[in-house]
Amino acid sequence: MDALLREYLPILIFLAIAVAIAAIAVGASWIVARQRPDSEKTSAYECGFDAFDDARSKFEVRFYLVAILFIIFDLEVAFLFPWAVTLGQIGMFGFWSMMVFLAILTIGFVYEWRKGALEWE
Amino acid sequence: MPNLMPALPEIFLACAAMAILMLGVFRKKDDMRATATLAVVAFAVTALLVSGLGSERTTTFGGMFVIDGFAVFMKTLVLVASGLAVVMSVGFLEREEIDRFEYPALMVLATLGMMMMISANNLMSLYLGLELQSLSLYVMAAYQRDSVRASEAGLKYFVLGALASGMLLYGASLIYGFAGSTDFEVLARTFAGGHGAPHAGVIVGIVFVVAGLAFKVSAVPFHMWTPDVYEGAPTPVTAFFSVAPKIAAFALFVRVMVGPFGDLADQWRQVIVFISLASMILGAFAAINQTNIKRLMAYSSIGHVGYGLIGLAVGNAAGIRGVLIYFAIYLFMNIGAFAVILSMRQKGRMVEGIEDLAGLSKTSPMMALAMAIFMFSMAGIPPLAGFWGKFYVFMAAIDAGLVTLAVIGVLASVVSAFYYLRIIKVMYFDEPVESFDRPIGRAMGAILAVSAIVIVAFTVVPSPLVTEAEAAASTLFGE
Repeated sequence: MDALLREYLPILIFLAIAVAIAAIAVGASWIVARQRPDSEKTSAYECGFDAFDDARSKFEVRFYLVAILFIIFDLEVAFLFPWAVTLGQIGMFGFWSMMVFLAILTIGFVYEWRKGALEWE
Repeated sequence: MPNLMPALPEIFLACAAMAILMLGVFRKKDDMRATATLAVVAFAVTALLVSGLGSERTTTFGGMFVIDGFAVFMKTLVLVASGLAVVMSVGFLEREEIDRFEYPALMVLATLGMMMMISANNLMSLYLGLELQSLSLYVMAAYQRDSVRASEAGLKYFVLGALASGMLLYGASLIYGFAGSTDFEVLARTFAGGHGAPHAGVIVGIVFVVAGLAFKVSAVPFHMWTPDVYEGAPTPVTAFFSVAPKIAAFALFVRVMVGPFGDLADQWRQVIVFISLASMILGAFAAINQTNIKRLMAYSSIGHVGYGLIGLAVGNAAGIRGVLIYFAIYLFMNIGAFAVILSMRQKGRMVEGIEDLAGLSKTSPMMALAMAIFMFSMAGIPPLAGFWGKFYVFMAAIDAGLVTLAVIGVLASVVSAFYYLRIIKVMYFDEPVESFDRPIGRAMGAILAVSAIVIVAFTVVPSPLVTEAEAAASTLFGE
C-alpha cells in the first residue's frame, strides 16, 4: 500500500507546486498591481459571446467554417506526432505514406484557398 | 511495403478525384462539362483496371483489402452505374443552374468509397469505405442548396446516416471485444466449426452491424429516410442514390454476412428473413398511394432490396448468384426509369407527378415504350429481365427450404405489380395532358435505348451475365 502511494508522490508534489504558483500569481497581482475594474474586465470571458444568454442563439456561419478547417489541420498534427516518434522503425514506406497523406491534405488546402474559404470578408 | 497492385483501380480513382478537383478550381469557369467528361473517362479507365485484375483472391495492406471475382463483378456494376449517373446529371444540373465542377468530383469520391466497401476485408476498412461514400452522398443530397427540400433531404440523410454509422461502429466494437479481432479471415476462423453458440456479445454485435448495414441498403425497419431523401434530392442525385450506393452497400452486406459470419448463419438468418419480408411487404403496399414518381421509386427500391435479401438469407452460392443477377438487372431497370423521369419536363420545368405521364404513348411513343419495358420488368413479368432476377432468388430460396419466404415474395411482387402497371395504364390509356419538352438529348436517349435493349436481350442471351455471376458468387465460398 505504501509503495503504491509513494508512486503517486510526484503527482502530489506537482499539485502543491501548481497551487502555490497559481496562488502567488493571483496574490501578487492583488497586492502589487493597481486595481481598476470595470464591467468588461470582471465579466467571464467566453470567445465573443455573452456568457449569460440563451444558448440557442444564432451565430455567424463563418465560425463554423473556420472551426471545420481548423479541425482538419489539428488532426493532421495529431497524426504527425506518433509518426515522427516512430519514424526510425517504420522506414521509407512509413515516411512516404505520411508524405502522400500530407499531399492529399495540401490539395484540400489549395481547394479551400482558391474557393476563398479562408477570407473573412 | 504492401502489394499495391490489387488496389490499383482505387489508387487511380483517388488520384483522378484530386486531379478533377484541382482542374476545376484552377479553371476560370466553374461549370461541370469538363470535369464531368473527365469523371466519365476516369470511371472507364478504372473499370478497365478492375477487369484487368483477374478473379483470383488476393489480399493486401495486411489483409485489410481483398480482391476476388465477387469484388470485380460488383465494382464493375458500381462503375457502370456511376458513369451513367454522371452522364444523366449534366443536362439537369445545367438547366437548374447548379452545374458546379465539384459535383463530378464528389461522385468520383463516393464511387471510390463504394469500391473500398466492396473490397473491405476488415471491420476497419469497411467503416472507412462506408464513411467516404456516405460523406460524399450527404453533400450530394443537399447539392441544390437553395431548395428547402434538398437541404432537408441532405440534413435528414446526414443525421440518420450518422446514427446508423454509430450503430455499426458499436456493433463492430462489440464483435472486436468478444471475438478478439476485426479481420474477416480471423473472425471466420474463430467462428468456424460451430463450437456451440457464440457468446451473446458477438450476437448483439452482429445485430448492430446488420442494423447499420440495413440502413445503408434502406431495408425495413431502417428505411424511413429513403422516401424523403429520394424526393427531396435533385433527380439525378436520386437516380445515383437508387443504384450505385445500394449495390455497393449490398455487396458489403453480402461480404460481411457470408465471410466472417458465414458459420453463424443459423444465428443471423432469422434477422435477414425478417427484414427481407418487411421490406418486400412495405415496398409493395406503401407505394400504392404515392403520386410523386420519385417517392414511388423510393418505395420500389425498398421492395427490390427485400427481394435481394432473400438471396442473402439463403446464404449459399446459389443465393448469392441470385443476388448478383438481381442487382445487375436492377441497375439497368432503375437507370432507364430515371432517364425517363429526368426527361419529364414541361415548358422548361421539371414535373414529378405520376399524372404528368398521362398519354405519353401519344406524345412520345418511344419513351412510353421504354418506360413500359422498365415497369413490366420491375413488376417481374416474363419474358423481361426483371422476371429472371426474381426467378433466380426465389429458386435459391425454395432449394434451401425457405419456401414461406419465397411464397410471400411472390405475393408481394403481385401487389407491387399494381403500381407498376398503373404507370403503364396512365401512359397508354389516359388522355394526354401536355407533352414533354423535346428533344431529351442524345445522351439521355442513348441511355434509355441501351437500358431497354439490355432488359429485353437478357432473356434471349442470359448466359454471359449468369455465368459471370455464378463465378463471382463461387469465389465467396472458396469453391
